[in-house]
Amino acid sequence: MTDYFNEMYQGGKVRDPYARLQGWMQAMPAELRHMKQAEAEALFRRIGITFAVYGEGGDPDRLIPFDMFPRVFSGAEWARLERGIKQRARALNAFLVDVYGRGEIVRAGRIPARLVYLNDAYEKAVVGFVPSKGVYSHIVGIDLVRTGPDDFFVLEDNCRTPSGVSYMLENREIMMRMFPDLFRENRIEPVDSYPEILRRTLASVAPQKCDREPTVVILTPGHYNSAYYEHSFLADMMGVELVEGQDLFVEGEFVFMRTTEGPRRVDVIYRRIDDDFIDPLCFRPDSMLGVPGLMDVYRSGGVSICSAPGAGVADDKAVYTYVPEMIRFYLGEEPILKNVPTWQCGKAEDLKYVLAHLADLVVKEVHGSGGYGMLVGPKATAEQVEAFRARIIADPDNYIAQPTLALSTTPTFVAEGVAPRHVDLRPYCLVGERVELVPGGLTRVALTEGSLVVNSSQGGGVKDTWVLAE
Amino acid sequence: MLLTVDHVTRYFYDQPVRAVVQSHRLRPSQFDGQKLIRWDVTVSDGQMGGGFRDGAGDWVQGWTVQGPVAEILVQVSGQVETSDLAGVLRGHKESVPPHCYLRDTHPTTADAALAALGEGLTPDTDALATAHALSARISDAIAYRPGATEAHTTAAEALALGEGVCQDHAHALIAVARCLGLPARYVSGYLLAGDDGSPHEASHAWAEVHVRGLGWVGFDPANRCCPDERYIRLGSGLDAQNAALIRGIARGQGEESLEVSVTVQARQINSQTQQ
Repeated sequence: MTDYFNEMYQGGKVRDPYARLQGWMQAMPAELRHMKQAEAEALFRRIGITFAVYGEGGDPDRLIPFDMFPRVFSGAEWARLERGIKQRARALNAFLVDVYGRGEIVRAGRIPARLVYLNDAYEKAVVGFVPSKGVYSHIVGIDLVRTGPDDFFVLEDNCRTPSGVSYMLENREIMMRMFPDLFRENRIEPVDSYPEILRRTLASVAPQKCDREPTVVILTPGHYNSAYYEHSFLADMMGVELVEGQDLFVEGEFVFMRTTEGPRRVDVIYRRIDDDFIDPLCFRPDSMLGVPGLMDVYRSGGVSICSAPGAGVADDKAVYTYVPEMIRFYLGEEPILKNVPTWQCGKAEDLKYVLAHLADLVVKEVHGSGGYGMLVGPKATAEQVEAFRARIIADPDNYIAQPTLALSTTPTFVAEGVAPRHVDLRPYCLVGERVELVPGGLTRVALTEGSLVVNSSQGGGVKDTWVLAE
Repeated sequence: MLLTVDHVTRYFYDQPVRAVVQSHRLRPSQFDGQKLIRWDVTVSDGQMGGGFRDGAGDWVQGWTVQGPVAEILVQVSGQVETSDLAGVLRGHKESVPPHCYLRDTHPTTADAALAALGEGLTPDTDALATAHALSARISDAIAYRPGATEAHTTAAEALALGEGVCQDHAHALIAVARCLGLPARYVSGYLLAGDDGSPHEASHAWAEVHVRGLGWVGFDPANRCCPDERYIRLGSGLDAQNAALIRGIARGQGEESLEVSVTVQARQINSQTQQ
């Protein structure tokens, strides 16, 4: 247990970014801490932000546990992360434009054709189409873990509609309300510009036929969706309409929204529904959530859809293995952030290794999410390992395996006081005319002692994430 | 051959609907075997929407109709000059990688019986001969009988039944070809009905198989031949639904019914008058 990187303490000393938190922590008696924790919970309840990060489902009325101990990065640490994240977001978009265009990376033999073209997320319907500004993925959520002072690994990329950014904003809001002194004593980079940058990013990819100030909307599957709170929160913060499929309709070459003042043309749709459901004429004919005819308008330049249909082929867990190759191929650069070594069970040699070392590995479904359908070898019982072995053998293409990483810890409030708990990080990179990143992200923390699983459905919580100004 | 087409689709709603949205793939493909002389598509009370050529080379055209409306008429009429390229889709501009057409869909998933139809064939050494042999085996295994199957019948069901129509033949050929690692797709179009009593319908469908070095080649197991100058190619897809000529949705409570009529007539081009 001693070889985990503790982000606050190294060799008995407090690391610089956490220097001012030492005194804050010590000056907080247990009663005050309990009071503050209750206050935080009351605030979250009042705001209405409830459980459901990353489409994990679960009880919609449950609060996600919030830990008041912030997670802190120095300006220098962040500067390097920022370069690495933006580099990755650029490469992923270049890949998407390429595989729906000439497919140079496949022709060059740098990624297998079947992995791309036979991928479920590859949309034949958008081949040959270049979205406005050449951007497919406008919000790239990159999941990172840290294993040492300078060692960051990308766990996965989320190119479709990464959720959780509302927690980044709300966590900060609540910390500022409860501990205003902390924000006077520390020079913390603000994150509250995110909604405005998001709005600007979306407006910057208005379609070819838009010749005026673009109208942006958020398209939600509806209030029963686990991330509905976030959809309405972002619409509010950006000052744009939140709509459902039935609020939109196609007439002639454009998409319109029903309003009390009559139909209003819509130029950019930030959709939080899956490709399969956005247009019953093009994809699933039984979809009630989408807008019939939307894809014809999209492909003829009458509306922009963010993320662009088909973007999912870049964040598949098997395609993930090739992201460093994409960075070299499209940008001519060396990757700043490392990939976790990954075995693809679809490859005979990798499969052999994985089956021989199952008890030491983390095995995931290629399209899985939310911490479901995965095996954490070191934590699993012998029966669980054997059951998983059978599943892998039955469908090897559907699984990848990775070593169990020594996730860094940060101090976290627990019943007995403060203790180290494992964390990860999801920053949200915005890609439009420009590539932008607010200094921060969502830190998830595994609240159970020793646990490496940070998913909220598996006992995870969230923290405010600070980047200190230099 | 100069082919004249009249294709009328009439939609009826038992109660007027508020609006209708359609997506058409109703323009003949552009390749060396087809030249458009004239071509018109109209939708009664319709407003033309966005149109574009998709990655498969098909022209896709959106239409909307504002209601209330109880009847919609989609009329296609035109003239195409065709020539016989022995099924080869020469000069067709498209950018979807052939690999994409190895993907199975529900109606084209091969069961053991379909897979068995590919036994003994050698797609790696001679893909063209394989495709021809396969097409012949499908013709033998599924007899042409209108009414034996319906729109949702799968290739496996049609083979088990031993009867079907052009859609079933095409699905079956696609299923087995993909099994053998040959990209294959569904093609919708028109066919000049013969006066020899052979089982043709003017509205027709066949399959294309991708042969390395040659490109896409059409096969029509329903008629035991490759598409020639009697065929007009409209659009393609992974299966019949994916290659549908008209997809539409109506907003409102009305139940939809439709009537389709297609006629294709020929005039042999007189080389004298062409000069």
